[in-house]
Amino acid sequence: MLKRAGPVTHKNNKVMIMSVNALYDYKFEPRDKVENFNGMQLVYVQWAGHLMFCAPLALLVKPDMSFRALIDDVLKPAVAAHPQSVKADFLEAQWELNGESFTPNADASLVDNGIDHKSMLVVTTPGLDGMFNTGY
Amino acid sequence: MAVKNKKLNLKDKYQYLTGDMAWEPTYQKKEDIYPDESFEGIKIVDWSQWEDPFRLTMDAYWKYQAEKEKKLYAIFDAFAQNNGHQNITDARYVNALKLFLTAVSPLEHAAFQGFSKVGRQFSGAGARVACQMQAIDELRHSQTQQHAMSHYNKHFNGLHDAAHMYDRVWFLSVPKSFFDDARTAGPFEFLTAISFSFEYVLTNLVFVPFMSGAAYNNDMATVTFGFSAQSDEARHMTLGLEVIKFILEQHEDNVPIVQRWIDKWFWRGFRLLSLVSMMMDYMLPKKVMSWAEAWEVYYEQNGGALFKDLERYGIRPPKYEDVANEAKHHLSHQLWTTFYQYCHATNFHTWIPTEEEMDWMSEKYPDTFDKYYRPRYEFLAKEHAEGRRYYNNTLPQLCQVCQVPTLFTEKGDATKLSHRQIEHEGERYHFCSEGCCDIFKDEPEKYVQAWLPVHQIYQGNCEGGDLETVVQNYYHINIGEDNFEYVGSPDHKRWQFIKGMAPQQKGDDQAEKTVQKPNAA
Repeated sequence: MLKRAGPVTHKNNKVMIMSVNALYDYKFEPRDKVENFNGMQLVYVQWAGHLMFCAPLALLVKPDMSFRALIDDVLKPAVAAHPQSVKADFLEAQWELNGESFTPNADASLVDNGIDHKSMLVVTTPGLDGMFNTGY
Repeated sequence: MAVKNKKLNLKDKYQYLTGDMAWEPTYQKKEDIYPDESFEGIKIVDWSQWEDPFRLTMDAYWKYQAEKEKKLYAIFDAFAQNNGHQNITDARYVNALKLFLTAVSPLEHAAFQGFSKVGRQFSGAGARVACQMQAIDELRHSQTQQHAMSHYNKHFNGLHDAAHMYDRVWFLSVPKSFFDDARTAGPFEFLTAISFSFEYVLTNLVFVPFMSGAAYNNDMATVTFGFSAQSDEARHMTLGLEVIKFILEQHEDNVPIVQRWIDKWFWRGFRLLSLVSMMMDYMLPKKVMSWAEAWEVYYEQNGGALFKDLERYGIRPPKYEDVANEAKHHLSHQLWTTFYQYCHATNFHTWIPTEEEMDWMSEKYPDTFDKYYRPRYEFLAKEHAEGRRYYNNTLPQLCQVCQVPTLFTEKGDATKLSHRQIEHEGERYHFCSEGCCDIFKDEPEKYVQAWLPVHQIYQGNCEGGDLETVVQNYYHINIGEDNFEYVGSPDHKRWQFIKGMAPQQKGDDQAEKTVQKPNAA
């Protein structure tokens, strides 16, 4: 009855992944696969040091949207409430994609930039590090 | 031989009504009758070692509960007839009840279901009876809480559809997923999660703030519920401790399994309690104690003594306890600023704390409030005054495990989010912390199927593509009544009218009823 697989080392992140202990073969499809988003995909963007936006923003976008359009049409309106947003030049800023330093190609699509479904982007705007010296 | 007493003494009665119900099966195998008892790997050598500290029998149980119930409902009636809601400190307080009714009362009901289930799954009769009794307690709590608060529903917004909201609203997936996780575990994990980690270790951090909060803010109905539930809660806590000691004493192989569960359920409970932290510090007009103080007393001191006591079984304090201890200086403030920006999608209001309240927070949080959070409120107040009341119109990233937005900051650096991410079988997953990420890595099959409200909206499963439709149609939150800023809300205006500070609003029948209703029965 006991179905506990031994620990495995995950090839990508080198993390120890265990397995659930269950009464039967317990296997479910991930609920948030890209095909469930009707041709769209998710991308998360965090503007580092701007905690006025309490968490990274979850954005529903077209995978063939250009990186420039992501900035101009989606990110900028989303962060417009922050007083520093008018001064922010996101295309000239420092980017991280899924934890790695990343130089976006503004006119290439998200997919061609390697920004796949549920990717996490963190942008740092040098000189603009939030309000009150607290990253707000 | 002497004539037997017609009446059994308590000890005999208890023996007949519990232990004697443990039949030895003759034509079925025990493991077929209790099929869920062994798959978790917990080894029980001798169920007769189970000590029930209360020795409560069903007939006595019914008698005590019926007496309590009679008194409780007499007070509810008196409260309603005397328009007790007019005596509370301030209508902002009612928002704590909205949170309680949607986030806590449904958990009581889920606990009833959970204990009913495990009350069938143990082959030990003592454990079965204790679980069945607790199941009935939980059902009663869920019902009496709803009855205690139903009077407020006649006079304030946001209390009209708690059970529906619990299944759908984004922030209520936090308590719901917590309990669903426990209920879908095996019976021993369920007891470790709910009886021990929640009821024993953390329950004072829910019960004391809400019930003392009710007392401090003159909410006679809710505080009376609290008194009525107190003896049950004491019994649940004692059961929680007995459960864990029993499991640990039965076999040394149980220790690492229980330790993993304690780590998991401490962290899940801590994340769930972040909702209580903001309730304590922000939603009670008259404060009981700060979240940081409550954490120090009920977790650091009491929990510290408990884990010292459990050391002899080979149990250590929960993993990431240090993170939780440090977070006490930030938690409530980070939660409140989150709900402040997303209260267009909640059934309760938020607001900027008053000057006086901010001074209280400076005193209670000397190292963090003035440095990090006061400037934020001053900025937000100014924005509001200039006609730009801040709402975040973009949905937040949610943690795959606790389902709270990934809003928490790193230990030791309150300017940096403690976001974590991994890739598992070709999919990316995001977490609020190392603690939640660890829980995922232990049982990924459970969490890959998580119903994350933000993603469900984006998949088009919530009756609409825009937030307004989702909030109104799918959540049943009445836009302009239940949600948005407190100042200027219908609740606020009605309260000013009750207190004679403002004229009655046109078409506000509720206020009219409130004031003109005669006090006679």
